Formats: sequence, C-alpha cells, structure tokens
Amino acid sequence: MQGDSQREDLRQELAADLNGAFERLVLEYQDRLYRFALSYTGDPRDAEEVVQDALIRAYGALGRYEPTRVRELALRAWLYRITLNVARNRARGVRPRLVPLEGPDGDTALPEPEADSAERPDSVYEGAERRRELDALLAGLPARYREAVVLRHVEGLAYEEAAEVLGRKVGTVKSDVHRGLRLLRDAIGDRRTDEVI
Amino acid sequence: MDTRYTNGRMDSAEDAASEALIRELSRHRAVRAPASVLPVVLAGAGLADAYAPTDSPIGPVFVAYNREGISFVRLAGDHDAFESSFRSRFGRPARNLERLPRDLALAIERQLAGDVRAGLRLDLRELSEFERAVLSKAREVPRGEVRTYSWLAREIGRPRAARAVGAALGNNPIPLLVPCHRVIRSDGHLNGYVFGGEAKRRALEAEGADPDELERLARSGVRFVGSDTTRIYCFPTCRNARRISERHLVPFASALEAAASGYRPCRVCRPAV
Repeated sequence: MQGDSQREDLRQELAADLNGAFERLVLEYQDRLYRFALSYTGDPRDAEEVVQDALIRAYGALGRYEPTRVRELALRAWLYRITLNVARNRARGVRPRLVPLEGPDGDTALPEPEADSAERPDSVYEGAERRRELDALLAGLPARYREAVVLRHVEGLAYEEAAEVLGRKVGTVKSDVHRGLRLLRDAIGDRRTDEVI
Repeated sequence: MDTRYTNGRMDSAEDAASEALIRELSRHRAVRAPASVLPVVLAGAGLADAYAPTDSPIGPVFVAYNREGISFVRLAGDHDAFESSFRSRFGRPARNLERLPRDLALAIERQLAGDVRAGLRLDLRELSEFERAVLSKAREVPRGEVRTYSWLAREIGRPRAARAVGAALGNNPIPLLVPCHRVIRSDGHLNGYVFGGEAKRRALEAEGADPDELERLARSGVRFVGSDTTRIYCFPTCRNARRISERHLVPFASALEAAASGYRPCRVCRPAV
C-alpha cells in the first residue's frame, strides 16, 4: 500500500497538471478499483467496463473541480464511491449476464471443484478457482452486505473509510460486514454440502 | 495462527470460520486490472487514442478512437507500421487494445451493416473545413449506391472543385465508416481508393452494388436513367431508379439530354438541381 505522502504528491500533481498526472492516477488505482468492481459484478468484462467508466468520470470531475478542492480530496474513498455508483447504476439498468458470450478471459463459469480439493495442497490453479467461486458467492450477496464486506476485507479499508465510501454510519457498516460474512459462510457451507451429496 | 479478528463476542467455531474466510477474501488483493483499462480510460478522457482490430467487409481493419470519436481506420497488419503512421499523421501516440469496447464495436458493426442511426461519432478535427464538408457529404450517399466526384463538388457548393473532392476523399482518415468508396468517376471508372482499387470494388460488392454493371453502363454512355411514366431521371443506383421496370426505363447520356426530353431530376439522388 502506498504512503500518505505519495498520495499527497499525486493530488498536488493532479491539481497542477491534470492531463500530465492522470495516467499515474489510473496506474495507481486501477487494480483496487477493478477488484472492487469484480467483486460487485462477478463478471470480468462488466467489471472492466465499470472501472473504465468510473475513471473516465473521475477525469471529467477533476477537470471541473477547483485546484483547492482536488488537493483536499480523499482520493481513494472518492474513487471507490464513483466506482460504486457506476456499478450500482449498471446493475439497475441491465441485468448482468450470467453466462458471458466469449472466453476465455470473460469466462466466469464455475468449474466443478474436485471432491478432494480440501485435501490437496494449494496450487496456483486451485487458488484461481477458489477465487472465482468466492467471487460468484460474493456477487450473490445482497448489495448492501457485499459492498461492506468487499471494502473492509478484500480492499482492507478501515471501517471509517468504508463508511465514507458507502455514505453509512460506521456502526452500520460494522454490522453490515458482520452480517455479510455470516451470509457468505452459510453460502459456502451450502456449496460444500452440495459437493458431498 | 493470527487471532487479530477474535473479539470475544462470537463463539469460537464461528470465529475460526470467519477468520478463514477473511484470510481468503484478503487474497483477492492479488487480482490485477486487465491491461486494456489504461488505454481505454486515456482514450475516453481524450488524452490518447486507442486502437484495436475489427472485422470489415474488406477484411480485418485497425480502428483508432478517442473521446471525440473514431479517428483512424487502416487495414490491419503490422502494429508498428500502424502506430508510426498514426503518430506521423496526428502527432500523438495510439495504444494497442486487444479488442474495442463493446458499445463501440457494436456501433461500428451496425454502421457497416447500413444502420444510419448507429450513432457513431467521428473525430475529423485534423481536417480542413473543405475536407470535412466533402466527407460529411460522402456519408449521405446511401449504402449500395454511388455518386460522382462532380456531383459531390456541386452538392457542397464548390461545383468546380471535383479534383479537390477526389483529393479530399483520398485523404479520408476513416474509410469504410466514411464511405468514400461510394464516390466514383462520371465515366463509371471506380478510380482510386486508399486501400486500392480492388478493395473499393469489394466494398461496393459487399453492399450489393455491381461495379461491373456500373462500368458497363458508363462505357455505353449511360450516365442517368429515367422513367417514362414519372418523367423523372436518377443516378442508375438510386433507390428510385432501381424501381423502374425495363419497359419504362429511358437511358440518358447527360442531364442536358434528360432536361431536353422533358424529364426532371430526382429529388432523392439529385442528378442535377
């Protein structure tokens, strides 16, 4: 994770020369915003479009803001918030496709886990598979809990920052995370039981 | 084992399950954004152009775009050659993408299929006002039809600029999407094309036009055709001309001849005004 001083530098640069500094913003934040969008949509192609749209909107907004406002921006929370809004709007507009039209990188269909997967040592392949499984389960959570769990435990945000992104009280976010984790555990439990049967 | 997440309020089984889950969730942090995010964002912000291959009636082409719209179309081939010709023409780089964004690819596909409401935006900023006028008039020629250089010159109010019209079409940065292939010589010769004469022929054929027939008609001295029932004359490929039955079709060598025979020009294809 980057230091606060580095983030300060970026905001200074954005305020002074948006066009020159914007590429750095993209490079610095694209991974975490993509992850966030992926956990939200459950589909790599949709997640990619959400992040692209969000960053283009961010550029437009930064161009309209006064430099003093840019320098004081809580950049990370602000970018998560834009991404969240884009993802929410898309979810309202079009139902996400469950089966992507093309692969392989657009392929989110869940491979059936092998029966003895719990006994096998971790491998890269299995890690990726588990991640896709967890992504799908996350995408199935009600949005309110999904958003809170992803920000807190995937992105590692403090409760205070997650609360700022979500526009909810810190206490509410804590209980949303708690409830979300429980729902997720139940969903995983159901899945594992299905495998045995 | 890391017990940071223990808070005493959960029972220990629930606690352990949550801990395992939280560890698993945190492993998601290894996920990276696809390489196409940066070029698409910079193109969308208007800071750079992005390009990717896409299919066309004359084979795969590279399509470059930015915030203003499509900026450049060339036959797909060597990336370095495309990038260097882009840079030398526009003075800025174009970054390669694996594929175009879905909405853009769809709009291109619809436009190539003849959908006039595809809503494709074009970036023609680098062109002169005259060149823009020529290209925007060329876009009005319907799919499967052809007009002539002198027709286009007249339509944009520069009747003596037919040669300059030809040069402007030859400088078209966005062939196919700006259908410069639908403008040919008055004598029926297909004339030049940025992708070569053979490609021009194929582009016309893909739209249902018949280049051989066009050339044959022109060689036999026919420039326009009229209907002896409506006493209206048209360019031979005009949709109104194609409705005239053989029995009522009257060929003309010139607008003058048609006018002398008491025919008026079609209001759709405007062979004369």
